[in-house]
Amino acid sequence: MTGTVPLNAYLILSAVLFVIGVAGVLIRRNALVIFMAIELMLNAVNLTFVAFSRFLHSMDGQIIVLFVMAVAAAEVAVGLAIIIALHRNKESVNVDEINLLKG
Amino acid sequence: MEWLLFVPLAAMALVTAVLVIVLRNPVYCALSLVGTFFALSGIYLLLQAQFIAVVQVIVYAGAIMVLFLFVVMLLDLGHELPVWLQRDRPRLLIGAGVVVLLLLELVIPIGSWTARAPQGSSGSESVGGVGNTQLVGRLLFTDFLVPFEITSIILLIAIIGAMVLARR
Repeated sequence: MTGTVPLNAYLILSAVLFVIGVAGVLIRRNALVIFMAIELMLNAVNLTFVAFSRFLHSMDGQIIVLFVMAVAAAEVAVGLAIIIALHRNKESVNVDEINLLKG
Repeated sequence: MEWLLFVPLAAMALVTAVLVIVLRNPVYCALSLVGTFFALSGIYLLLQAQFIAVVQVIVYAGAIMVLFLFVVMLLDLGHELPVWLQRDRPRLLIGAGVVVLLLLELVIPIGSWTARAPQGSSGSESVGGVGNTQLVGRLLFTDFLVPFEITSIILLIAIIGAMVLARR
C-alpha cells in the first residue's frame, strides 16, 4: 500500500457516505435524525468537490464547498426551528404523525 | 503513506456514518455525526484543503452540532424503535431496495472510470507559493464576489426565518 490515493477512492467513499445518508432519510422516523442524515449527504457532496478540486488542480471546488456549508448552516437553522414549532403543536417529531398537508 | 492515513480516516467516517442512522438515542446520533465530521476534516487535510478542513471543524462540528444538541435537549425526545422492529416492513424493504440500487449506480461507474489529466491552474506548486487560505480568499473576493455577497443574504433570511418560526 504505497503511492498516492487515486481520485476514485475518494469518490467511492463519498458515494457510500451519500448512500448511507439516503438510507437514513428513508428508514428513520425521527425528524431530527433525518436532518442529520441530510447533513451526511451534504458532507458526501463536499468531499466530492474537494477531491475533484485537488485532482483537477482547480480551487473552484473548495469555494463551492464554502457556499454549501453556508447553505447547510442556514438550512439547519430554519429546519430546526420548524421542528421546534412542530413539536410545540403536535408533541411529536415522528414524521409518520406529521400529515397536515396530506390531501 | 497517503493510504496509511486515508484508510483509517475513511473507515472512521463510514463506521460513524452508519452509527448515525442506526443508533436509537438522538444524542448518540449527533455525537457519531461529530465523528464523521472530524474524519472528513482529516480527509480534507489529506486533499490539501487546509482551510476547508478547519472550517469543517468550526462550522459543522462546532456550530451545527451544538444547534442539534440544543434542540435534542429542548425537545426531550423519547427513544425510537430500532429499525428492524418497525411495523412498516414493506416500506422498509422498498427503502432498502432503493438504497442498494443507488449504491450500485454510484459505485460501478466510479469504479470503472479513470480520471483525465489535471487541467486547472491551481496545482499544488502554485498553492505552495501563497498558501491555501490566501488562494481561497483571493478567489472569494474576485471571481466569486457576487455569490459570496448572496450568501450573506441567505444567512440573513435564515436568521429571520428561524426567529419567526421558533418564536412564542
